[in-house]
Amino acid sequence: MPPPVRRHRFLTAVTDHTLLVVTSVIFLTPVVFIVLTAVMSDQQALSSRLWPQPFRWDNFRTALTQLPLLRYTWNTVQIAVLSTIGTVVSCVPVAYALSRMRWRGRQFAFLLVLATFMLPIQVTILPLYVVFRNLHWINSFKPLVVPSFFGDAFSIFLLRQFFMTIPEELSDAAKVDGGDEIQIMTRVIVPLAKPAIAAVALFNFLYAWNDFFAPLLFLNNPRLYTLAIGLSQFRTLRHVQWNLTMGASLLVTAPVIVIFFLAQRVFVEGVTLTGVKG
Amino acid sequence: MVALLMSPWAIGFTVFFLYPMAASLYYSFTHYDILATPRWAGLENYRFMLSRDPDFWLSIRNTLWILFVGTPIRILFAVLTAMLLTRPRRGVKVYRTIFFLPSMVPPVAAAIGFVFLLNPNGPINQSLHLFGWHNPPLWFYQPNWSKWGLILLGMWGVGEAMIIFLAGLLDVPRQLYEAADIEGASGRQKFWHVTLPMISPVIFFSLVIGVIDSFQYFTQAYVAGTTVASSATGIGQPQGSLLFYSLNLYQQGFRYFHMGYASALAWVLFVITMACTILLIRTSTRWVHYQGGMLR
Repeated sequence: MPPPVRRHRFLTAVTDHTLLVVTSVIFLTPVVFIVLTAVMSDQQALSSRLWPQPFRWDNFRTALTQLPLLRYTWNTVQIAVLSTIGTVVSCVPVAYALSRMRWRGRQFAFLLVLATFMLPIQVTILPLYVVFRNLHWINSFKPLVVPSFFGDAFSIFLLRQFFMTIPEELSDAAKVDGGDEIQIMTRVIVPLAKPAIAAVALFNFLYAWNDFFAPLLFLNNPRLYTLAIGLSQFRTLRHVQWNLTMGASLLVTAPVIVIFFLAQRVFVEGVTLTGVKG
Repeated sequence: MVALLMSPWAIGFTVFFLYPMAASLYYSFTHYDILATPRWAGLENYRFMLSRDPDFWLSIRNTLWILFVGTPIRILFAVLTAMLLTRPRRGVKVYRTIFFLPSMVPPVAAAIGFVFLLNPNGPINQSLHLFGWHNPPLWFYQPNWSKWGLILLGMWGVGEAMIIFLAGLLDVPRQLYEAADIEGASGRQKFWHVTLPMISPVIFFSLVIGVIDSFQYFTQAYVAGTTVASSATGIGQPQGSLLFYSLNLYQQGFRYFHMGYASALAWVLFVITMACTILLIRTSTRWVHYQGGMLR
């Protein structure tokens, strides 16, 4: 390699790495400040000193008791698990009918699914609130869980895209052996579509975990609050200190980060599935 | 069999989509407070919205600001961070994880975190002091800076958009760059004539999402406003500078129970987003470059 080329390569490598490191520092700084504040004493959190002296690790325990975060966690887990089950159970058959079966109006039905995806939630939420109120479902998990048992446009779309890629011959072989559509779906397609189903389940679980708007409308009883609602009221309700507020924010964030690292592969596959790349 | 498999969606479509759409359209022509039956009001809600409700125009102004300032900044930042990650360098996976992770943080936690970071005595302003900026902005505590706080929050959580751009950038065929090299193209020329056209479908996608998200922008603004005011009545604080379209709608519908008026707001929201999306799709043929046709 001629020296000028080598020098050029060396210089771009240095600039690239510098830019990467600087950007990483920018992304990490907020986290560092938040963690440091979470372990400061009450007085220091109000002062201008940035390094905790002393480290107050039991702030996390105080944060856990200041508001019933464990109860909120349990509420959130119930809602997230139930609505994830509902979404998977209802969307797999719909996606199957939309991708593996031939029938008149299939394209039209698929277009309708996509249309519901475009509709802002604000348009439907007001009448639904009235309906749920008349059913006495306000202050229960039902408004947050029951709708997921009736299909979700994005999940149907994702599953359909994946089902389309499974070779037709596999279904044909099962048909020759005398299997009906339900058997083909549960014994052939579902086992092959595990990565897609896992991605759909994960996306729905995280969506339910983070959702703020719907729980804000339907849960007014503090005993039923989810983590997102409870955390949003942490400071407003009791004027608690920033250090405890930051501790609580970290506690709410931690499970999501753990899930991310455990399920990284499912994530990557899910993003590729959406097919939005170019 | 098809009917059986499709039934969950068919029921859901009717109950959670068709019925509420028709109902909210009807409510939008009525006065309705949930307790009494709706009273027919004709176009009164729409007339009030356009001519007499100051909050409506305030929320439109705030929303358009977030749309026209926030969306381009977000897209640009997503492209830049993604470009940093395209060249195969040692440790690129670690950097990618660092750039991506903030977008995983629950929105409520992220918003509260940024209200703290950017509070007048917070770590960011103290750092700005150290760097010699003695009258730094008060961010969420100052009406003409509060939206910039949300922009910073959005940039920090750029990860998801960045990943989509990264996939788009890595999809650009190598040969195009090699051909450009042979022609003696400079780095800048390669960006404008190869990279940009090739990722234009992703930019288009991000613009559509940006329009939809701007008009539905809710959680971060709600949390920032109420945290700053230390009260659940702090929606849109400070001084209405964070009163975005969806917050106004929420307030009208679920705080004041003006269900009829809120339904009218919802339908206007729907019509605006549809119009913007159609407009974007119409113009897209002129600047979006689809490799091998749109339907691959």
